Amino acid sequence: MFAPRLFGSGKIRGGVHPDGRKDATSDRPILTNLPLPSRLYVPLNQHSGDDALPLVRPGDRVLKGQLIGKASGRVSASIHAPTSGTVLAIEAVTMPHPSGLPAMAVIIEPDGDDRWIEIPTPPDPFSLDPDVLASKVEEAGVVGMGGAIFPAAIKLRQGRRFEIQTLIINGSECEPFLTTDDRLMQERADEIVEGTRLIRKIIEAYRAVIAIEDNKPAAIAAIQAAANKVGAIEVMVVPAHYPMGSAKQLIQAVTGLEVPAGKRSNDIGVLVHNVATAWAIQQALVYGKPLLSRVTTVAGACVAQPQNVEVLFGTPIEHVFKVCGGLTGVPARLLMGGPMMGQILPSLDVPIIKGSSGVLALSKAEVNAHTSSPCIRCARCVDACPMGLVPLEMARNSRADKLDAAQEFGLRDCILCGSCAYVCPSHIPLVQYFEYAKGELADRRSSQQKQEYTKGLIDARKERLEQERLAKEAAKAAKEAAKAAKDAARAAAKAEKEAAQAKTQHPESTTTSPADNCVREEQP
Amino acid sequence: MNSITHELPLRAAPHAHDRSSVDRIMLKVCLALSPATAYGLYLFGWPAIILFVVTLLAAVATEALCLRLAGLPLQRLLDGSALLTGWLYAATLPPWAPWWIGAGGVAFGLIVGKHLYGGIGQNLFNPAMLARVAVLISFPVQLTTWVNPMPLGSELAPGFVDALAIIFANADYAAHLSAAPSGVDAMTGASWLGASKVAVGAGTDVGQWLAADFPLTAAFSGHIRGSLGETSALLILVGGLWLIWARVISWHIPASMLGMLSLCAWLASHFNGHLFPGPLFQLTTGAAMLGAFFIATDYVTSPASATGKLLFGAGCGLLLFTIRSWGSFPEGVAFAVLFMNALTPLIDRFIKPRAYGRTLGGKTLKHSDMRKIV
Repeated sequence: MFAPRLFGSGKIRGGVHPDGRKDATSDRPILTNLPLPSRLYVPLNQHSGDDALPLVRPGDRVLKGQLIGKASGRVSASIHAPTSGTVLAIEAVTMPHPSGLPAMAVIIEPDGDDRWIEIPTPPDPFSLDPDVLASKVEEAGVVGMGGAIFPAAIKLRQGRRFEIQTLIINGSECEPFLTTDDRLMQERADEIVEGTRLIRKIIEAYRAVIAIEDNKPAAIAAIQAAANKVGAIEVMVVPAHYPMGSAKQLIQAVTGLEVPAGKRSNDIGVLVHNVATAWAIQQALVYGKPLLSRVTTVAGACVAQPQNVEVLFGTPIEHVFKVCGGLTGVPARLLMGGPMMGQILPSLDVPIIKGSSGVLALSKAEVNAHTSSPCIRCARCVDACPMGLVPLEMARNSRADKLDAAQEFGLRDCILCGSCAYVCPSHIPLVQYFEYAKGELADRRSSQQKQEYTKGLIDARKERLEQERLAKEAAKAAKEAAKAAKDAARAAAKAEKEAAQAKTQHPESTTTSPADNCVREEQP
Repeated sequence: MNSITHELPLRAAPHAHDRSSVDRIMLKVCLALSPATAYGLYLFGWPAIILFVVTLLAAVATEALCLRLAGLPLQRLLDGSALLTGWLYAATLPPWAPWWIGAGGVAFGLIVGKHLYGGIGQNLFNPAMLARVAVLISFPVQLTTWVNPMPLGSELAPGFVDALAIIFANADYAAHLSAAPSGVDAMTGASWLGASKVAVGAGTDVGQWLAADFPLTAAFSGHIRGSLGETSALLILVGGLWLIWARVISWHIPASMLGMLSLCAWLASHFNGHLFPGPLFQLTTGAAMLGAFFIATDYVTSPASATGKLLFGAGCGLLLFTIRSWGSFPEGVAFAVLFMNALTPLIDRFIKPRAYGRTLGGKTLKHSDMRKIV
């Protein structure tokens, strides 16, 4: 084992400093207990991995917190009813993704009572076994809420298999506009710190650090005060520097270590969870509450009252905007997530899901709508890349479909943070090229796997046929040998008989008998 | 779940931008060039102004023609790249060169050096330097005639009409001057680089000669014979440092190019002062400063990585020293830059930044490597 390095310099390579634009929402409290929408569209896949299996049928009555989708497959997460009501249908709805592709969802008509399913008072989580705690996190359907939406329990169990030096709780929130983690840290600091302690208990980390960017002084103060109460939790202030919130970059800033290419942070003894995930884990373990809602930043110049709201999963985005005073004018762009990595929304009907950190309605002045011009090789993208890659060459090769060369220039390590495209004076949509190239490579890999599988089958068949042929030949040879032996024996017997007869007639000819020769040849 | 409520463009993230643009970059470079050029125009008067304007107009006209022929939108003219090529080329010309040297050269540079490669961003060589070398080889007489400084408004300076005759009709202004009552013998002379080359050839002790005659302060401030926009090392330095401060260019190429030139010149003059001028002479004469800050730093034709840039600049400096010391031309900035331009794709192929989580060679980082790096 290498000597652990506990302290990083707080710095990352490259990166950019986009205009934060967080003031509109960072000082306003989270709006909770929103009026219920007339329908909730709860997708069965709000996580990375396989769809949850629906446990309800149209017409069923469900209670708040009731399990309606069971995790199935190797990577999956459970889905619970966000409120009480009636299941209207289980059908495909448009998902918050630019493709507008549909996915299966449980459509619930709320009854307005918001009646909870009965939850037994859980035992003190600090007295429980870590594996039991991980299972409880799994049952609560908690996923990574910073954007990765990877099932949290799987990550915790992975962490248990490694010697974790440092648990990092990510409160950096480097995306412009978004203040959901900021508000959560300001308002629910004790819960986050307790969640951090619980995660630390589960993975048995030596050290737990809550890392917060220096542009959130109120959150830093709140978390520091909460951490001081319990001790043993460090608060590290990192510079506001995009993409500080990316796990690899934050690990570098906090520990000074780099995650080796193609490896996981576990391999260098680090595990990163988002502050909102820490909060959700605390709610699940201390109160037994499944994950039913999240805090989302609603912002952008086209929102009348920008603020953070705690929204039930499945709430249509249109309803969320309505709660925030509606839209003022037609937005130039509607996004889910921040402006650096967020995705364009195909419609206002799409639901809020577990990974929705923000919904933005941006005005024309807030978006980049320039058409692109040719690359002038200014290499600003090279300076801005936090991964040390060469985006201009990656794009040039991706455009020419030279994907191997694009991989060599860094496509294989690209985290799609968009720093390169943010600084490109030619307004080239670099990330779009990289996403295309990555998709193309994935296709090639899978078709190659298919080919290899088919080739394996063909080879196996060839070998089988060859073995059959050999077996047949061997059998034939054996048969022939047996026959030959028989013949030879017969010939020998005959020869002996003849010799015996001849002896009686011409005794001198014994040694030159042709039958003698014949027998010698036939019997190797 | 029915209506698609908005006509939204499908576009990948990021949706924000730092508001930089190609035209703004080109504008900043022009702005940084302008003090030195303005001083040159003042120093060499109306003929220089006319040559400068003609060259710029020719550059824009050629660009427009090429864009049209390539079927590209004429808005591309607004990126300012052709203007900058014309400007840089004009800055390296003898101040009173005939109009066709300016117009023809820049047209050649833009057509052959840029648009035949596919236009902006695609060219292998710096178009301005390609044009400079082409006219230097083709018309050596016109390209080595250096007029004495005759600032605007001074007694000997030609007026606007005289200037038109000088630039467009090749008028013999020297004859006009010698006929004047003040009786000026010589209007032109060799550049300092040319003179030092001649001195070396004649067996003069260069070190002694320069120590006695070379006006270092004038060479630094710019009141000296030389090209239209490159006489004032001081003003070019100011513009170049501003470009670095404004993050338009990085320090790597200017520092390594000037550093390598100075190092070579210092070593050579230290060991053989009779034959080799010292670093201050090398830095303040010819196109060394202009080349280091404005020509070698051309984005398209220089490497992308910081290490690559250092190597590129050092190569330019070394070649510049070599050509100035032993080549047949007194000045070598254009040749040195073009040669290194040709090596740029190779440099970019082999010199890349170290990627996160990998060794410099591109292998996955091991724990033992990490201890070395952190």
